[in-house]
Amino acid sequence: MKTLLTLAVALAATLAIPARADDHGPRVPPLPAYQQECGSCHVAFPAGMLPAPSWKRVMGNLARHYGTDASLDATMTASLSAWLAAQAGTTKRVREEPPQDRISRSAWFVRKHDEVRPATWQLPAVKSAANCAACHTQADQGDFSERRIRIPR
Amino acid sequence: MNPQTLIRSLAGAALCAGALLASARAAMPAELLASYGTQAGSAGAAARGQQFFTAKHGRDWSCASCHGAAPTQTGRHASTGKAIEPLAPAFNAQRFTDTAKVEKWFRRNCNDVAGRECTAGEKADVLAFLLTLKP
Repeated sequence: MKTLLTLAVALAATLAIPARADDHGPRVPPLPAYQQECGSCHVAFPAGMLPAPSWKRVMGNLARHYGTDASLDATMTASLSAWLAAQAGTTKRVREEPPQDRISRSAWFVRKHDEVRPATWQLPAVKSAANCAACHTQADQGDFSERRIRIPR
Repeated sequence: MNPQTLIRSLAGAALCAGALLASARAAMPAELLASYGTQAGSAGAAARGQQFFTAKHGRDWSCASCHGAAPTQTGRHASTGKAIEPLAPAFNAQRFTDTAKVEKWFRRNCNDVAGRECTAGEKADVLAFLLTLKP
C-alpha cells in the first residue's frame, strides 16, 4: 500500500511539471488578476518575455502606457509588479532590455519573425506586432508553439 | 441532523449569503444609469450619449475608435488590433454589471479620448445611448 502511495505521489509530481511550449521555456500559468487586468487591450503577454528592469518601468508608468492610460489602483499595481518581477526573464534568450521595453523589439522576437512578409504585418487582421493572437491562435493561453500558428491571408 | 443543528446550519448559510451580497459590487446597467443620473442632477440623454461616443474630443481617438460606431458588435483596439467584446449590454450581459470595473474603464478611456475624466452627466448619457441598442 505504501509503495502504491509513493507511486501515486511520484506520478502526480510528474504531471505537475509545467508543459513546455515550443522553445519558449516552461509555460507559467498566468495569474488570473494579470490575465484580467493586462489582457483586455492586448494579449496577456507571457511575463517571461521581458526582463525585470523592463517590467519595472512598464509597471511604473501605466498611466502613459504606449499611448493609452492603463492605470490601476496602487494595490493591484503592487501585486502585479511583484508577480511580474518573479516571472521576468524566465523565457530562453530574454536577457536584453529591448528598446522602449517592447517585446516585439527584442532581438529574439525579430529573429523569430524574420520569415513573416511585410504585407502580412499590414493585414487588417494583424495590424500590430502586439496582436499575437492574429497568428498565434492559442496566445491567450500562453501557447506560442509553431503548430498553433495560422497566418491570416 | 437534530433541529438545533439544522437551525445553526441555516443561520450560518444565511450569514454567508448576506456577506456575499454585501461584498458584491454587482449592479445592473439600469441601476448604474440611475445612479449617474442622480449624481449629475439630470437623467442621461441617449442622443447626447451617441454624439459623445462617436465624436472626437480633441485627441486622436473617439470611443468608437475601439468599440465601433455601433458597439453592438465586436470592436477592435485602435492600436493593438485585439478584439473587444460588444459594449452594449443587450449584446453582452457582462457589461456594466460591476461598478468598480465600469469606473476604472471610464477613468482610463475618458482620459485617452478627452484628456480628462468624464462627468457623471457624460457617463449617464453614454450609458443611456448604449441601453437603447437592442437586437
